[in-house]
Amino acid sequence: MSKKEWPLWEVFIRSKQGLSHKHAGSLRAPDEEMAINNARDVYTRRSEGVSIWVVESKNVVASDPSEAGPMFEPANSKIYRHPTFYEVPEGIKHM
Amino acid sequence: MEKDNLEALDKNFQDKVDREIKIEPKDYMPDAYRKTLIRQISQHAHSEIVGQLPEANWVTRAPNLRRKAVLLAKIQDEAGHGLYLYSAVETLGADREDTIDDLHSGKAKYSSIFNYPTLTWADMGMVGWLVDGAAIMNQVPLCRCSYGPYARAMVRVCKEESFHQRQGFEIVTQLARGTQVQKEMAQESLNRWWWPSLMMFGPNDAESTHTAQSMAWKIKRNTNDELRQMFVDATVPQAELIGLKIPDKDLKFNEETGHYDFGEIDWDEFWQVVKGYGPCNDERVAARKKAKEDGMWVREAANVYAEKRARRNKKVS
Repeated sequence: MSKKEWPLWEVFIRSKQGLSHKHAGSLRAPDEEMAINNARDVYTRRSEGVSIWVVESKNVVASDPSEAGPMFEPANSKIYRHPTFYEVPEGIKHM
Repeated sequence: MEKDNLEALDKNFQDKVDREIKIEPKDYMPDAYRKTLIRQISQHAHSEIVGQLPEANWVTRAPNLRRKAVLLAKIQDEAGHGLYLYSAVETLGADREDTIDDLHSGKAKYSSIFNYPTLTWADMGMVGWLVDGAAIMNQVPLCRCSYGPYARAMVRVCKEESFHQRQGFEIVTQLARGTQVQKEMAQESLNRWWWPSLMMFGPNDAESTHTAQSMAWKIKRNTNDELRQMFVDATVPQAELIGLKIPDKDLKFNEETGHYDFGEIDWDEFWQVVKGYGPCNDERVAARKKAKEDGMWVREAANVYAEKRARRNKKVS
């Protein structure tokens, strides 16, 4: 028996024109062409998509979840980046 | 030091679970949580795949083209559900082919319900109505499971299962409203499938060893008995409406509790089937093994073709 398994692919689907591709799941396929075909059968049996991206999973670089605290901390203290930080006088419109 | 560290990680993990924060693949999780999920999700995947077999039995004998197209679509969905789940189990670091080999060696189980034969066309209706109905009861709470990839797979599965249940109920309804022979066929099928469907929820809570831990981890949201009761309460009125009789002399609506009381399940039968002595256990596993072995050359050829194409593309560039 051959132990060589088909590589793992991450599947991204655009559900309709105007929206971005979104991660749908993963699957195994021998090459990119069959990955697209399998993704169609596995993830779009009910018209869930108009476009598919597949990326071999080993090519995805991810941030480290255990470092999520320090990684995203700089944004937490900068509440002045949000419009709600600012006071607008009563009666001001269109702002 | 190391031990303190581990304790802190475990505490942090349980704290996240308690606060309904999902656990994602690369997050810290206790070994026992990982192992429990690998076991549960892979057995769930096997159930979807083995579940295709009793239905495949009727593809060539579906009564008309509409029924045949629907049955094929349903079987294709089951394959899809298996694939979502094998992908989810891989996110835990399990090897997909190893989990499949565990099914083939008998080490891993699958839902016992699929060890019963589908003898008549009415069984296609009963499988959709009762078996998929019970599966939905089990799977809806799993959409809120603490492990992200499993929960997300379940959302997709549940959306698709409701078509399965409705198409099954349509078959049963049509038979129940048909000729005397058709009505008898539906009743006979219900008689065979009712009790095994109730067994799908697993042992009584008092006998269930994993329930307490799984509930603390929020893998499981309801106990076996709670889910079984919900299924009985939902299904009995459906049977009454189409004029079929649930084969349980102790079944009675309890005004006080607002639930149906029902008879004792034959647990000897349940354990016999779980342990491999059901009517179709050997046949089901043999069919899966044959599929893997017979398909081996296709998978190998696809690998060789992919390599050849990759080499050719390299040469061109």
